[in-house]
Amino acid sequence: MRKGIFNRKTNAVRAVDGVSFTVAKGETLGIVGESGCGKSTTARLLVGLEGIDAGDLIFDGDRLGVDLSLKDLWDGVQMVFQDSYASLNPRLTIEETIAFGPKMRGVAADEARRLAHELLGRVGLAPARFAGRYPHELSGGQRQRVNIARSLAMKPRLIILDEAVSALDKSVEAQVLNLLRELKDEFGLTYVFISHDLNVVRYVSDRIMVMYLGEVVEIGPVAAVWEKRAHPYTAALFAAMPSMDPDNRTEVPPLAGDPPNPIDPPSGCRFHTRCSFAEPVCGKTRPKSVAVDGAADHDAACHMLDPISGHSKSAGGSRLEAAE
Amino acid sequence: MSTTVDTKVPAVPARPAAEQAPAQSKGYWQGVGARLSRDPVAMVCAGLLTLLLAAVVFAPLLPLADPFTGSMISRLKPIGTEGHILGTDELGRDMLARLIYGGRLTLMLGLLPVIFAFLIGTFLGVLAGYVGGWLNTVIMRTVDVFFAFPSILLAIAISGALGAGIVNSLVSLTIVFIPPITRVAESVTASVRSLEYVDAARISGARALTVVRVHVLGNVMSPIFVYATSLTSVSMILAAGLSFLGLGVKPPQPEWGLMLNTLRTAIYIDPVLAALPGAMIFLTSLCLNLLSDGLRSAMNIKD
Repeated sequence: MRKGIFNRKTNAVRAVDGVSFTVAKGETLGIVGESGCGKSTTARLLVGLEGIDAGDLIFDGDRLGVDLSLKDLWDGVQMVFQDSYASLNPRLTIEETIAFGPKMRGVAADEARRLAHELLGRVGLAPARFAGRYPHELSGGQRQRVNIARSLAMKPRLIILDEAVSALDKSVEAQVLNLLRELKDEFGLTYVFISHDLNVVRYVSDRIMVMYLGEVVEIGPVAAVWEKRAHPYTAALFAAMPSMDPDNRTEVPPLAGDPPNPIDPPSGCRFHTRCSFAEPVCGKTRPKSVAVDGAADHDAACHMLDPISGHSKSAGGSRLEAAE
Repeated sequence: MSTTVDTKVPAVPARPAAEQAPAQSKGYWQGVGARLSRDPVAMVCAGLLTLLLAAVVFAPLLPLADPFTGSMISRLKPIGTEGHILGTDELGRDMLARLIYGGRLTLMLGLLPVIFAFLIGTFLGVLAGYVGGWLNTVIMRTVDVFFAFPSILLAIAISGALGAGIVNSLVSLTIVFIPPITRVAESVTASVRSLEYVDAARISGARALTVVRVHVLGNVMSPIFVYATSLTSVSMILAAGLSFLGLGVKPPQPEWGLMLNTLRTAIYIDPVLAALPGAMIFLTSLCLNLLSDGLRSAMNIKD
């Protein structure tokens, strides 16, 4: 298992062991990366579904396990899961599914039912027609709307969306994304939005965090990351995006090979085994997270950005050419 | 008339695909019942079993001969003899009466151990599967020890140790069926446990017991139940086997296994008569197996 030292401040997370991030109230943080890079584990850590081996999770200034019980955490943080089918109990009607959480909090059955109907209406499913249905009678997009309604029923302030739209087809995906945006404004929510789809992340996020093998390689405002691609992995990830422009197609895969085994990650910079700029220093020392172009909110962990790392390209605050 | 415009109209209307579905769905068990009733094989088996069960339960009310009174002069009468439709056994007792009264014990020994084992095995398996960790190891490795013995050998060994008798047979058969039911319960619970709706229920702050009751039990019950149904016929055959070996029911009590044993000597005189108790065991367990097959497909909610 990956270990990370979490340290969240006012709706924020800061880690010391490579996974270091904060989420400010009201923003959307997008997390991207290949399969198996630890996105989902991070999500499950954030809602307390996985135990944290070392470090802290601080929500609104309260430290989990010290000032904050799991139950308190779940009052403020909820999650929308990836698999819309597996995340709904096939034996419960969707009304029962949505009302379950509030009932567990002591809301009267009638009131919970009323709330379920209201939220169903809000996510675009007419309660009169849908409340009594079972999950297998709904389409994928409808089920994901139910999932969203269920998390809203807990009146959270932070919602973790783990690949929430990845399994939907493009037109439905767009509808659900728009719904999420509306709900965010309406309920004053904060999102952590996890996806492997860079376009989707760009569309919904204020800031973006790129993960590789359980570590944060780059984090910053969407526009800055999109433009600079300071870390070679970020550059490769963006270059792997299919282009709409036929003249701009990549013929050569920007990343060779599969990611290394996360149980036994490479020494030094975890990306050095696949990085075209790798030098001996990359295999030896772990890169520090440094500000990109002196911007306070844009960090990347690469020796080439660190003037004292000893990497030949590091002198003079170099910037990478995108996707070499 | 004032019209308030709802500014929070959903951005996207409901998709039309689902509009054809009924507004209110039927309950789960209604659906299972409806699907089962469309399965002719299962319905025939259910009918036969109901008939047998009714005959067995109301045996004292039926116009039957006394199953314990024999007659030395009318021994081993063939099937179709006047007054004895199914003939008589080696002591001249009416076969029909003995088969029906024998069904009482045989069915009881078939059903009760499975019911007890179902309750205990489901409890142990769900506990092991949901809690996991060392508790899972303790429960499942203990269960594994029982798997080292073939079930018939285990039943004989336990019955032999406890001594002959109906209650001891019940106990030994229950012990025999707990391990396989526990194992099935554990594996389905572990797979349901990893589904996201259980995670979602956990992060709603519900207590573990509530999560298990509402979200786990309902989804693991049907596979365990179907499996247990298929064990009923095994239990019946094992019970008959124990009686056959003299470890279960004692003569002169009628019981199919025991009857098969005592009639064995008559197999050269009237093989059809001697095979009757065996035919009853065969027919009953076949019906139970086919019914459990039907249940299995009827309980598949996705169809």
